[in-house]
Amino acid sequence: MTISRDAVIDWIRAFAAAVAENKEYLTQLDSAIGDADHGANMHRGMQAALEKLPGVADKDIGTVLKTVGMTLVSTVGGAGGPLYGTLFMQMGTATAGKLELTLADWTAALQAGVNGVVMRGKANLGDKTMVDALTPALNALKTATSGLGEALVQSERAADQGKRDTIPLVARKGRASYLGERSAGHQDPGATSSHLLLKTALDTWTKA
Amino acid sequence: MKKLINKPEDVVVEELQAIAHAHADLVKVHYNPNFIVRADAPLKGKVGVISGGGSGHEPMHGGFVGYGMLDAACPGAVFTSPTPDQMLEATKAVNGGAGVLHIVKNYTGDIMNFEMAADLARAEGIEVEAVVTNDDVAVQDSLYTAGRRGVGITVIAEKITGAAAEQKRALKDVADICRKVNAQGRTMGMALTSCTVPHAGKPTFDLPEDEMEIGIGIHGEPGRTRMKLKPVAEIVEMMAKAVVDDLPYKSGDEVLAFVNGMGGTPLIELYVVYNELNKFLSGRGIKIARNLIGSYITSLEMAGCSITLLKLDDEMTKLWDAPVKTAGLRWGM
Repeated sequence: MTISRDAVIDWIRAFAAAVAENKEYLTQLDSAIGDADHGANMHRGMQAALEKLPGVADKDIGTVLKTVGMTLVSTVGGAGGPLYGTLFMQMGTATAGKLELTLADWTAALQAGVNGVVMRGKANLGDKTMVDALTPALNALKTATSGLGEALVQSERAADQGKRDTIPLVARKGRASYLGERSAGHQDPGATSSHLLLKTALDTWTKA
Repeated sequence: MKKLINKPEDVVVEELQAIAHAHADLVKVHYNPNFIVRADAPLKGKVGVISGGGSGHEPMHGGFVGYGMLDAACPGAVFTSPTPDQMLEATKAVNGGAGVLHIVKNYTGDIMNFEMAADLARAEGIEVEAVVTNDDVAVQDSLYTAGRRGVGITVIAEKITGAAAEQKRALKDVADICRKVNAQGRTMGMALTSCTVPHAGKPTFDLPEDEMEIGIGIHGEPGRTRMKLKPVAEIVEMMAKAVVDDLPYKSGDEVLAFVNGMGGTPLIELYVVYNELNKFLSGRGIKIARNLIGSYITSLEMAGCSITLLKLDDEMTKLWDAPVKTAGLRWGM
């Protein structure tokens, strides 16, 4: 089983739809410990990315992902723009020229994306950021042993758990870090949107 | 939500259209990507000074574009940092061959977007330096946070740095002046009410009628502590003490005192705050040599204020007094 270019495009559409559906929820999470803009910003960025998709629908997966990344960088702003933009651009670089992805390709792509996010945002695991959902998801992909479908299930589960695990954490990066101890008890909005990214990958790529 | 806006997604562009018309003698507005630029830019041989940040802090930064201050300002969505393409195009628009200085407030998003823009501008052969303002004493434990936020000193830094650039000083000198202002400046803010981000539609935090939030930033993000309201003298003492002890400002120092309104506090109350601040500083032997009182770095309709002190020397005082002609600050010409 592999992931086709069309499946990648369907995943981008599904992620945009999930962000739209969770726009208020993400903003609500961000109100508690940030500045109440994550949902609106990601929604604006993903809607802009959707408009770019038809222009690259016949290109390789790398071009599709890079286009999404560059669009996010120029439309999202905040911390989410450079971080999600870098994630997609690095995934695009890792998948340049490819028309389908194996489990190894998808793992390498996510690895490149997460490396980019860590380099740009300088966050470590446990800082209460999107890294807390992405890194466990990546680790689950790396240790998966029974094929792509099962690996996607495991990575979604790890991202979900990582997202929940941010609740008791005290933020050490981003605007939530200004709250110190008061940031504990709230789920991180970035980890939440990152879980949506992995969840929509699972839902899109394992449906019949 | 009761606001004079048409649609939340249109508010920034409508503001830009108004600025383009109202201040056509001072600035031009560029759309897609959005930035406000001095009408006479680029100025040959002059360092271009640009800043930017989320909207909702007016008059900062767009209101400070003009002679003696900023060459360009990049407005993001409300409380959201602008994107790299904006800063890149603004950098190109103000580059008169002497390089460009980016003044960046210390927020994770602003830092990352400006860094990406600086990388792109350097790749196009433009010399770029960046100075990060981080004057907010409310953030103490900077090892485990994103660091101190850039707040009130940013306004003062833009004025003084802009004056230095106007004298055609070299990029390094202009950046050094900006760093000095930031290093000698400290700020503490407080809120009486929250504010409502147009997209969110409801207040960012709840603050009971008889309570205040001490140590807020400029985005409606909650501060460090919440407490019952107190008399102004006690509030000012609490804020000023945090500022004075941090640098520290000592007896005999001459300072610029900036009492800033957060957007929803009338000038009469800011004068009451200034009065208490003057009493407090006099008691410590600190002389207010220059002042700025008014709402210059705001947080939408939030009620509250911030107190910024800058320890002055002759050079900074002269640059502060130098002529400036912008929509938000204007004197000497």
